[in-house]
Amino acid sequence: MTIATQDTSTEWDYSPALDSTKVTIEQKNKLYIGGKFVSPRSRAWFATTNPATEKKLADIARAGKADVNAAVFAAKTALPKWSRLSGSERAKYLYRIARRIQERAREFAILETMDGGKPIKESRDVDIPLVAQHFFYYAGWADKLAYAFPGASSSPVGVCAQIIPWNFPLLMASWKLAPALACGNTCVLKPAETTSLTALRLAEVFQEVGLPDGVANIITGEGDTGRFLAEHKAVHKVAFTGSTEVGKLLMRQTAGTGKKRTLELGGKSANIIFADAAIDQAVEGIISGIYFNQGHVCCAGSRLFVEESILEEVIHKLTRRLGSLRVGDPLDKNTDLGAVNSKEQLKTIERYIRCGVEEGAELHQTNTSRLPKKGNWCNPCFFTDVQPSHTIAREEIFGPVLSVMTFRTPEEAIARANNSPYGLAAGVWTNKGAKIFEVAKKLDAGIVWCNTYNKFDAASPFGGFKESGFGREGGVHGLRPYVRLGGV
Amino acid sequence: MRHAIDTVMVEQRAASFTRRSIKTDSKQQGLRLALSMIDLTTLEGKDSPEKVRSLCHKAVTPWEGIIEPHLPSVAAVCVYPSLVKVAKRALEGSSVNVASVATGFPSGQYPLEVRLNDVVEAVSDGADEIDMVINRGAFLSGCFDEVADEIAQVRTACGHAHLKIILETGELETLENVRLASDIAIQASASVGPIADGEVFIKTSTGKVSPAATMPVTLVMLESIRDYYEQTGVRIGMKPAGGIKTAKQALHYLVMVKETLGNDWLNPHLFRFGASSLTNDVLRQICKQQTGHYTATYDFSEA
Repeated sequence: MTIATQDTSTEWDYSPALDSTKVTIEQKNKLYIGGKFVSPRSRAWFATTNPATEKKLADIARAGKADVNAAVFAAKTALPKWSRLSGSERAKYLYRIARRIQERAREFAILETMDGGKPIKESRDVDIPLVAQHFFYYAGWADKLAYAFPGASSSPVGVCAQIIPWNFPLLMASWKLAPALACGNTCVLKPAETTSLTALRLAEVFQEVGLPDGVANIITGEGDTGRFLAEHKAVHKVAFTGSTEVGKLLMRQTAGTGKKRTLELGGKSANIIFADAAIDQAVEGIISGIYFNQGHVCCAGSRLFVEESILEEVIHKLTRRLGSLRVGDPLDKNTDLGAVNSKEQLKTIERYIRCGVEEGAELHQTNTSRLPKKGNWCNPCFFTDVQPSHTIAREEIFGPVLSVMTFRTPEEAIARANNSPYGLAAGVWTNKGAKIFEVAKKLDAGIVWCNTYNKFDAASPFGGFKESGFGREGGVHGLRPYVRLGGV
Repeated sequence: MRHAIDTVMVEQRAASFTRRSIKTDSKQQGLRLALSMIDLTTLEGKDSPEKVRSLCHKAVTPWEGIIEPHLPSVAAVCVYPSLVKVAKRALEGSSVNVASVATGFPSGQYPLEVRLNDVVEAVSDGADEIDMVINRGAFLSGCFDEVADEIAQVRTACGHAHLKIILETGELETLENVRLASDIAIQASASVGPIADGEVFIKTSTGKVSPAATMPVTLVMLESIRDYYEQTGVRIGMKPAGGIKTAKQALHYLVMVKETLGNDWLNPHLFRFGASSLTNDVLRQICKQQTGHYTATYDFSEA
């Protein structure tokens, strides 16, 4: 007997609760270079749309080579003064940025949701608070670098090129900018082409707090813009978050240039559930592991390993819980899953779902939310009867699609979890403390969550092993990629 | 069987219900629903027949003001056994039930015979529902059979009266204990004979121990009810009691019930609030929703 958690009858349900705050968006969004918003020398623009409605939101400047030159030049010019500023002075700016983001949090959250498709619940409760936390956290480090690297003297790396993805647009901007600025570097940041709006609004905050011109520049554009930026001769450091494919390309392009690099790439993270786990709570962990942000999460728990003896129970509970998720208008405060970020990504996800079915896995699409006609929508789902050799068990889908597999012993669970080119994150669920430590230390993953999943904190280092990249963001470890260490 | 419960994730899930946004129609409907689920309660040494009579009047007609559509009555009035007769007479002809705490409420630290007599007398005085307390001493010393056996005997003593089993979760402390006690209470009631939907409730607290009802505790109990329903098809009721004072909190609980057990449980036969001050806040919010402005506290009667 099953409980229908989503009832279409006339019984008690939640009325639409749209966030009604009005946010104005400029029709033409210029580049932020040297402390000013400037029109692109390339004279080229491209449209950004709301993925939930497919309506055009605004035009965004497409930065060409000359624009990239100008941005890098601005950063280079600003470097000497900024890097010589005392840590406590730099901290003041970062604190101001953090506070201003908190003051404008609602506006940022709505803009993030309109441009990216993620539910307002997440941009409001997760993304934007973490953005502010990140600036606060690294503001705290700015005058304590001597304690971060005892016995060594640290100096900034220089001009940093930072290229970020579309899944957590403003959060990724803060992960890149906050530690770089705290350490005395200057930056040129390029947001992803589908989600530029919040980064540009962050530039407004920079103006408001009086951040010296050229210290942080934001240029928009597509892949080419990113490539020009990463290859630029005056850039000392490239920090990239995105796909493994592009990460490899960047490595080749910058090989032998002496540029410092950090890459945070893809993942196919394992979520392991032992029979002695708290099952109802583990199911919550599965849900937040794979369906958070429509599965557009590099550390998503996209491979689920369940101990064979509890498979039936877990599938039953997962099916029921999946049914209770509310998919729809991202601006509705009761929405759990929003729109897929772009048409292109939707096609990719759909291709993987077809591939899973063709290779013989069983598809479970048990959510009955009525999806809007317009927009990029994907019904969240999971697959059972998945073999480790299946494409859906090996490749990163970056969507709300889970592959469920089984294991019988801890050794088998560890071996299967580690059998992946990626090594970003993992989850372990068991009620036995000793087992947690035993398993967690054998997992080849940069982050291991125990009896929880997708927990983020500015004080905690984030980053992967193997093809998931290198370098850490967050925590004291997040400072390391942005300093040169010497002995004085 | 003992269920593993992870406190951190239970708290995270419980908090997620408080982030649902209940507005306009669903708020109006939810508030009226909450009102109809209240067990209006007075459990004090100073309770008098007059106090109980006035409480009963409020139970039937929560507010004298004019409001359309008509406000529902609350579900029941909950009193000490000595006042059951008074309540029964005052509620005659209404839809409101008389609930009586019994079994040596709130501590239950009396001989079993005394506790069972307590139940028998309350029922013969006219109680429609009995709110019993479990033997926490026995539970915490691991004598689960004793706890179960006593619950079974109380259910037998109830006869036709419905039974609510108070776990006093504030004294059980851990969520694993809460889950175990819930399972024991349900199984023990079932051991006596078939249970009709809503004939047996599990209830968090007496209201005399802090903490009383919390959302994580209630969630764990709801999950026990859900698992039992999925095994047997029998619907056990749920009653959080103590500490739920505002309309907003009540809506959060309704969200939790809806998303854990489904709409089937969203009625007074299967879900109750044990509360006293909640009623007036719900009334205030209903008036605010319909008239657009808040009424003064003195517009609503005390009891």
